[in-house]
This record gives sequence, structure tokens and C-alpha cells, in this order.
Amino acid sequence: MKTAHAGWVFVTPALLMIAVFFLLPVLAALGLSLTDFDIYALAQLDNLRFVGGGNYLRLLQTPLFWKALGNTLFFVLAGVPLSIAVSLAAALLLHSAVARGKAIFRTALFAPVVTTLVAVGVIWNYLLHTRYGLINDLLGRVGIHPIDWLGDPRWAMPAIILFAVWKNFGFNMVIFLAALQSIPEELYEASRIEGASALQQLRFVTLPALAPTLVLVSILTMAGYFQLFAEPYVMTQGGPLQSTTSVLYFMYEEGFKWWNLGSASAVAFLLFLLMFAVTLVQSFALRRWSEP
Amino acid sequence: MVAGAGSPGLGARWLSITALVCCMAACARPDSGVIVLEFWAMGREGEVVAELTRGFEASHPGIRVNVQQLPWQGAHEKLLTAFVGDATPDLAQMGNTWVPEFATLGALAALDPSAAASTVVEQEDYFPGIWDTNVINDRLFGIPWYVDTRLLFYRRDLLAQAGFAHPPRSWDEWREMLIAIKRLPGADHYSILVPLNEFEPLLLLGLQQEEPLLRDGGRWGNFRSQGFRRALGFYLELFEKELAPRATNTQIANVWNEFARGYFAFYITGPWNIAEFKRRLPKELQGAWMTAPLPGPNGPGLSNAGGSSLVVFADSRRKEAAWKLIEYLSQPEVQRRFYALSGDLPPRRSSWDDSALSGDRYAAAFREQLERVEPTPKVPEWERIATEMRIVAEQAAHGGLTVDAAAAELDERADRILEKRRWILAREAGE
Repeated sequence: MKTAHAGWVFVTPALLMIAVFFLLPVLAALGLSLTDFDIYALAQLDNLRFVGGGNYLRLLQTPLFWKALGNTLFFVLAGVPLSIAVSLAAALLLHSAVARGKAIFRTALFAPVVTTLVAVGVIWNYLLHTRYGLINDLLGRVGIHPIDWLGDPRWAMPAIILFAVWKNFGFNMVIFLAALQSIPEELYEASRIEGASALQQLRFVTLPALAPTLVLVSILTMAGYFQLFAEPYVMTQGGPLQSTTSVLYFMYEEGFKWWNLGSASAVAFLLFLLMFAVTLVQSFALRRWSEP
Repeated sequence: MVAGAGSPGLGARWLSITALVCCMAACARPDSGVIVLEFWAMGREGEVVAELTRGFEASHPGIRVNVQQLPWQGAHEKLLTAFVGDATPDLAQMGNTWVPEFATLGALAALDPSAAASTVVEQEDYFPGIWDTNVINDRLFGIPWYVDTRLLFYRRDLLAQAGFAHPPRSWDEWREMLIAIKRLPGADHYSILVPLNEFEPLLLLGLQQEEPLLRDGGRWGNFRSQGFRRALGFYLELFEKELAPRATNTQIANVWNEFARGYFAFYITGPWNIAEFKRRLPKELQGAWMTAPLPGPNGPGLSNAGGSSLVVFADSRRKEAAWKLIEYLSQPEVQRRFYALSGDLPPRRSSWDDSALSGDRYAAAFREQLERVEPTPKVPEWERIATEMRIVAEQAAHGGLTVDAAAAELDERADRILEKRRWILAREAGE
């Protein structure tokens, strides 16, 4: 009994902090999402109307919301696997016994993660420029016509994905590297004795050993990629033709540009529900896979 | 922000709280009878205005001015949060399209009694369109500080090459020139740059029409009116006939370089570009460009009445002193100095006389245009409606919508945005 009391005493400060700085704001936002809180309500509180699920219903009928959702899903479905594949490939290369200059490459590949997004966003704007950009220049040398990366609605999101993957893969790479280093050498030795090829070693030794790390990395990356905001904010402002407007960018505009805080809170909750569902499915599926 | 990016944790927050507390201590009113005015100014104006307030402090020994600079980017949000947090300054510079919003909020003090009694601020001396932007429901909430309007910057040499000796005076003439310039031999080029990420060009064409952009006291969109559809038709024609590139500003890496290269011959922009064009265009082109007032559907056209006003906040306890500062900044000689410091065009006719401006050949078109400027609809929702206008126009320019479909879509969006306003107005009428 006494130890239980002591436990509560120790936990209370943390719980209080969570209640005040997390639970309370979340509940307030939930309440807000049921009203039409806007600039008029800011002026006079009796301009506030309780609209129940009205914000949610209206959002579901707003084409731009669906478009933003579609854009975000595209970004997640294309970006997350690509990002994980690139991180894993980079980690395997860096981990391989024949690699030289590991420290230099590790630093170089990790560098984009610690650079300021705004600064590299501007640099990528130049790289992606239609007429003077380096990327189109290189493509031109192999006979590909210039692509209007950030101006063409079809190419803007792929360009953003490319940029985001480049910016973020170093982080997961470091996690994979750490996991690779913890795989016992004996397993490889044993598989070699059994006559496994390099590919078979990857398939039957490395990947199963990495499974828990993969679960962690994919959940973290997924959660991060769903919250796409800064890249379109810096590089395209959601354009062209709103092809890079993500759910979060939509929420930002709704809330802090137009001050429809009620409707913006509703967007936040819809995004939360979506991410919660996806993460549940993902962790369930991946756990089944990683625990044979 | 994507996975792995850190957040500015508690450290930064504590730092800003500490800074706030220190500021509160430092900003507290000094013990003597000196009045300290809090004055918020944005961007470039915020940088140079301290030069002017020093003169004010010299002539008004009992008043000191504390200028706070806000970057334009965050200014709107900062002003709103200040209002919500009861922390508004005494007076501020405010983009004149924001005045309706803050007046609706009740954040601003009405200035008509002070202006009526003033011997310095004389309404007749101001350009009427600019003054009008500050009048909301027959009450005055701001005094114009400087004006911004957009008009044509064009290449005289290209126009001459196409066979025209003067800039366009009507849409028909303009269209003829645009087509002729497009046909000029030479490298791949267009006639005009109309960036798809700016709502201003279409807005200007719309303002030139007789019908207002919103109808019934700003309750409903009026985009299906004949006038606006004519404006939209003219706008879309620019893209259909390949007279303007389907491009945003960010895609044109350097507008001045492209203008110098002859990639386009007309550009609709504002007074800040006079200095930029002088500085950035190559020497051999310096005689080849000019400014001209906007052509209208039939003869000289209207443009927008942009710029900033000086406003006093309703919560200020130093309104009299704030008004004195506004009067000081509104004197023609002070406005001339302000122009010299910032390049911002003065809103009063007498400030233009005998100044460096009256001799500037590029400014002459602005002087003429300022007599023909028109405020945008004065409802708090206007900026959002203008943004929707840009989005729909961009879609139409890419060939996705006809003029009629785009106009109907715009009305639908505007009506939805104005729903709350209609509800409030109806309730007020019922009370």
C-alpha cells in the first residue's frame, strides 16, 4: 500500500504536466472544433455559434481538404518506402567491410538532417529551376527535355518527395547502422558455411535481425511524413494548382491565415484519427511479421 | 517538419518568457511626466521611421516614441494576437486592406473627430481612393501614410519595334500591342508577365469594371456580373493566345533579368520596382523602359488603392499624443523626407509638389494613376476571397474552366465565405 502511494507521489508531477500542457489543450481544441470560432468570435464572444459536427461535415465536402488528403497520402505512400529503402541501402553500404572512408561518408550523408530546412529549400529551388537548374541541365545531357519541377502540378509533389527523402534519410540511416552493428558476426559466419550467397544473407540474416528496427523506423517515418508542412511552405506555398497542399498546410492556412480556428481544429482531429488508424494497422501488421 | 527534426524545446520558450519579463520592466513608464508612445511599424518603414520620430520628439518634449519593428510576414498574426491578449500598442502602421478587419474587431479608435478638427490632416488634399480605404461604415479608422498602386512597366524599344509610339490607353489598344509584340521575330518570348501566384492582376482588371466585386453590402459575391466576366475573359485570353507565360513568380528566377532579355515587354507592378529597375537593368536599357497608367476597358483605367495607414488602437490610453504623432508624420515636408528615406509614395497631393518626385519621369505615371485608384471591397473576408479568386483563375488559365464556370465557382466560394457575415448582419438588423 505504502509503495503504491509513493509511486503516485513520484508520478504526479509528470501527470500534472501532461494534464495541463497536453490533455487540457487537446480537450480545448476538441471543444473548439465543434464551434465556428473565427475572427468575428474573436471580436465578440456572442458571435460564436455551436455547430456540432458541422465543421467535420463541411470539411468532408470541401474539395481542397480531399485534395490535401490525397496529396499527403501520395507523399506518405511514395516517400516513406523510398526514404526507408534509401536509408537502408546507405546503411548497408556504409556497413560493408569493403567500404573506405566510412566516417567521412557517414557525416556527409547525415549532414542534410542537421541543415536548416529553409536554407536547403532555397538551394533546392535553384537546383530544380526549369531553365537554369542543375537537375534539368543534367537531364538535358541525356536527352530529357527540361521538366518544370516546381511549376508543373504533376511534378511538384515528386520534387518535394525527392527533397524530403534527401533531407531525412540520414536520420534513419544512423539508426539502421547501429542496428547492423549489433547483429552478431557468428550468424553471417554460420550462413557462409551453409553456402548462403550475399543476397541470401541479406534476406535470411540481415533483414530478420533488423525487423524490430524496421518497425520502429517505419512508424516514426510515417508519423513524420504525415505531418508534411515545412517543405511546401518554403518551396511552393502549396502550389501550383494546390498540388503540394498537405493536410497540415491546409490546417495552417485555415487557422492562422484565415483565423477559422474552429474548422482548423477539426482538421487537426481528422488528421489525428487518420494517423492513429494507420499507425495501429501498421504496428499490428509489422509485429505479426517481425515475431514469427 | 518531418521525422527526426527537433522542436525548439522548453529552453527557447523560457528564454522568450525571460525576455518578455525584462522588456516589461524596461518598457514601464518612466517616473517623470514623459509620455511614451508604443508605435509598431513594418518592414522597411519600421527601419527608417525612427529617423522621423526623432524630429517629433524634438518638437514635442513631453512625448517619447518607442518604435517596434515587425517583419511583414508575421505582422498580421502579431497584430491579431496583440489584440486578443490586450497588448495592442498606441498606434501602428497597418496595411490598408487590414483596416476593415481590425475595425470590425473593434480594435481601432475612430479618427473622424480628430481629423475634422485638424489643421494638418486635410481630407481634400489626399487622393480620394486612398482616403476611402480607411472609411468603414462612414467612420474613419486610419490616416493614409503612403500609397501603393500597380501599373504598367514596359519596354519602350520593343513597343516601338512593334510599331507603337505610346503606351496603351484602352484594352483594345493594349490587346493589339500584346499581339504585335508576341509576333516580333527573335527568341522565344511573351508579351506580358502575369504571375499566376498573384491575385493582383486579375483584381485590377475586375476593379476597373462598373459593377462592384461584392454585392448587397458585401453579403454576396458578384463575380457572375457582366463586368467581372469581361475582366476574366481578358485575363484568360492572355494565356490562351500565349501572350503571357503560364508561370508563377517563383518560376521566373529573376524578373529584372528576364525583362532585360525581352522575355516579356509588359509587367504590372508597384512603385518599389522603380528603384529596382534603375538599379538592376543594364546601362544600355536604362532609356528603354517606362511606366504608364493602367489602360481600362474603354479609356484610362482604375488601379488598386494599396498602401499603409496609421491607426490608433481603441485600448490606447495615450490617444491624444498618438494623434499628434500622426499629424506630424502627415505633414507634407515630413512625407517628402519619408519618401527620400523609404521610396514610399506620399498619399497627399501637396507632398508631391516641389519634391524630388515631381521631377522623376518614372513617378509621373503613378501621380496620374493615383487620381484613379479604387479600394478593394471592405469586408474582413476580402483577402480570403481574393485568394480563392487567384486559385480559380489559375485553374482556368491552365485550361480547366471556362469563363462562366469560373465565375460561377467564384460566386459559390465567396458566398460560402461570407455566410457568417450575412448571419451577423441579419442579427444586427433584427436587434
